[in-house]
Amino acid sequence: MDAYSLSDLWSILVMQGFSGLSLFSVLLLMALGLAIIFGQMGVINMAHGEFMTIGAYTIYSFSKLTETYFPTLMPYYFIVAILGAFLIAFVVGYLVEYTLIRHLYKRPLDTLLATWGLSLIMQQLFRSAFGAREVSATLPDWLMGSWKPTPDIDIPLNGIFVMVMSILVTGAVVLFLFRSNWGLKVRATTQNRVMAGAVGINTKKIDRVTFAIGCGIAGVAGACFTTIASTGPTSGSLYIVDTFLVVVFGGSASLFGTVASAFSIAQAQSVLTFFLTNAMGKVVTLMTIITILMMRPEGLFRSKVRR
Amino acid sequence: MNALLNRALGERNGAIGLAVLAVIILLIMPLALDIFRLNLVGKYLTYAFAAVGLVMVWGYGGILSLGQGVFFGFGGYCMAMFLKLEASDLTSTAHQTTPGIPDFMDWNQVTQLPMIWQPFHSFAFTVFAIIAVPLLISYVISAAMFKRRVGGVYFSIITQAIAAILTILVVGQQGLTGGINGITDLKTLNGWNINTDSAKYLLYFINGALLLGVIMVCNLVLSSKLGRLLLALRDKEDRVRFSGYDVANFKIFTFCMGAVISAIGGAMFTLQVGFMSPSIIGIVPSIEMVIFAAIGGRMSLVGAVYGTLIVNYGKTAFSESFPSLWLLFMGAMFIGVVMVFPNGLAGLYQSHLNDRVTRLLNRIKKVKSSDQLKVVKAES
Amino acid sequence: MSEKIALSIEDLTVSFDGFKAVDKLSLYVEKNELRVIIGPNGAGKTTVLDLICGKTRATSGTINFNGAELTRYPEHKIVQLGVGRKFQTPSIYENLTVLENLEISYPEGRGVFGSLTFKRTEQVTQRILEVAETIFLTEFLNTQSGLLSHGQKQWLEIGMLLIQDPELLMLDEPVAGMSVSEREKTADLLNKICQGRSVIVIEHDMEFVKRIAHKVTVLHQGKLLAEGNMESVQNNPKVIEVYLGH
Repeated sequence: MDAYSLSDLWSILVMQGFSGLSLFSVLLLMALGLAIIFGQMGVINMAHGEFMTIGAYTIYSFSKLTETYFPTLMPYYFIVAILGAFLIAFVVGYLVEYTLIRHLYKRPLDTLLATWGLSLIMQQLFRSAFGAREVSATLPDWLMGSWKPTPDIDIPLNGIFVMVMSILVTGAVVLFLFRSNWGLKVRATTQNRVMAGAVGINTKKIDRVTFAIGCGIAGVAGACFTTIASTGPTSGSLYIVDTFLVVVFGGSASLFGTVASAFSIAQAQSVLTFFLTNAMGKVVTLMTIITILMMRPEGLFRSKVRR
Repeated sequence: MNALLNRALGERNGAIGLAVLAVIILLIMPLALDIFRLNLVGKYLTYAFAAVGLVMVWGYGGILSLGQGVFFGFGGYCMAMFLKLEASDLTSTAHQTTPGIPDFMDWNQVTQLPMIWQPFHSFAFTVFAIIAVPLLISYVISAAMFKRRVGGVYFSIITQAIAAILTILVVGQQGLTGGINGITDLKTLNGWNINTDSAKYLLYFINGALLLGVIMVCNLVLSSKLGRLLLALRDKEDRVRFSGYDVANFKIFTFCMGAVISAIGGAMFTLQVGFMSPSIIGIVPSIEMVIFAAIGGRMSLVGAVYGTLIVNYGKTAFSESFPSLWLLFMGAMFIGVVMVFPNGLAGLYQSHLNDRVTRLLNRIKKVKSSDQLKVVKAES
Repeated sequence: MSEKIALSIEDLTVSFDGFKAVDKLSLYVEKNELRVIIGPNGAGKTTVLDLICGKTRATSGTINFNGAELTRYPEHKIVQLGVGRKFQTPSIYENLTVLENLEISYPEGRGVFGSLTFKRTEQVTQRILEVAETIFLTEFLNTQSGLLSHGQKQWLEIGMLLIQDPELLMLDEPVAGMSVSEREKTADLLNKICQGRSVIVIEHDMEFVKRIAHKVTVLHQGKLLAEGNMESVQNNPKVIEVYLGH
């Protein structure tokens, strides 16, 4: 530590902090989708990372198409592509729920295995379609620069962009779950499936759409992911363990907890990575989470319920 | 004593299954295969330890461990450390900057044998560590979780995270663990060259016998009151708890047992294959071990062995010719075993073959007893 | 008087996020007594049982059972101290036989290693037969318990508690789902088994309560509303108000 002066340290902290924010954004969006699926429906989706990959490949495809056929539209394609990422992941999620997940609602461990199988299949399909090599989308110019508030500090614009994206999506999810009629039905179904069915809520449809929305959000996470890294067939699977820890650590039913835990995990990892090696930063972070979870298994936030 | 043996063999039906398995492993395989293939089967059979452990932990205990590879790895690495130290004697490492330490340490500018490597000069300690290290780790993990009533998918995710952490750690600490390459170039065990064909044959038989022994021990446990308690626990955990049992202890016991079984397999892996590397202990191999058990039938100890052999045979056969198809196939297996045949091969056997076999056996018995009747008649 | 008291609950309170399910409740049950707790839905009846057997932790207050402070013990220890509890819906091991159900409940070999070496001795078999007889299931010993009728399942669960010979037996709605004749048999059963121990029963069926209760406690909104023999409770204006007033 002696090697760094105080102002160096400050700059490092700020810059690592911001690079942590990019990680935070991706983790948050991933975790948000998973929290909806796992926290609200109790379904373990090991293929969640692959839905992120779907989003990332969608952006890549859009960028290639635009580059080839409508080069003048390059500055704008990204926005459309994000919507596309959401929609495609949504549709695939909808189909997966219909063919697979809905048969397994009472068997969480089996769901875990089946979705793991699904993730293997999806990874292989990605490999067949896009090749084993990692690909990168061509980002519009306005995402490429950086912002320098002081000469020592250098904050990339894409980082700011993904953060804004994740805040917007989080806001939308909160509004959706707690303000919309549909969200009310989702929460009702979560809390008492039988009763919700009895008062005329189509619980099967709710499940399907909820699952699909969770997957759609993972698609958006994939869109954000393309701005900070290149995409390969297994990109998403690298995030799945972290994402689950974020959700569990935050307390699986608490959206606020998910945000707080995504933030702390991403920041811890990012700052530690600078001082230790990349791998050790991750190890220390994960170890800390697991130790905390062993002492406080309900996660950071949980409400006490009369059972 | 006889009753105990009977229980270990798994009563009448179990004994037949175990005998068939013993004949296949100890007789048919060695006669039918050359040493290269037999060694490969031996490698698969070490994975079967992990799968048998999972039958106990997951099938009976209802705890899905996604970190079974971790314990396999502890066993394997302990054994590998001992063998590596033996292979790194002063004469064969004379050209190194620091002679007498494993070659990968020398490459990583390590100049002194690290503390935790020291006791692995002793074979007795190594054998002790192969059991004790996974036992300790599995105890700490499971006690921390089960005493606080964490179970189900939470436990699975935590075990998977632990598998992830350990792999990163092993890969990252090159000077200590050999990094991504693992610990390689293992040669002798107490002066006995393990790479010769005769050694490979012997190790194969030791491995097979150990596996059968482990299955018998599991049979003993399952046929005791503890086995019935595990079934009761899966059905009505609260009832068991309010019948005066400390439920967590039973889960801890099962989890630790599965871990130790897996570690024995790991140690045998190192001996037969001649190296140990992080590629065998991470997330993916750990969850593949689950599919071995699932294909065999998650409640069948013997089935787990068949499941392991079949999946691994398929993997080897497929990945030589159609590597891309294998992943699709593997994925389909995960889905199929959950959706279509949740009891795996054992379930198929139960529903299609069991009746016929029992009838056949009864017929044989009847013939015998009618023979006896005739004899009695003739005498009278 | 005081030496006859087996269970004394004092100032017991539990709150869930501010909602007090049980509120400063005090309750004393004597040895050989059969106490019935009644009260409208949500009165906190089941919660009281949960608190006694350790399923729910008290926010404040004490539960003293034969000198032991139960709030400090984990569930399995409370059972080992002599408290048995039957759940509202019959909670038995459906895929085991009646015999195995009773055997698992037999209070021996409760540790991991004890259960590994546990043997079905003559003594164990004797006790199982004895209990099976008490709960009218002698003929069903080898039947898979999932195949029993609802009433028989209730009896089996009572039997699983009896085999532990508890000093305090708590039964949550033991006759729910039973036929009239089964109810009568159960009433006789309860009258028989409360010898030498204390029994707490939660029940809604007033006819049944009349047949078994030594003393009745009425709970309302987590508080004690009335206590006494059946007649005095039935004529208590506060009780009538709660049951009929709304």
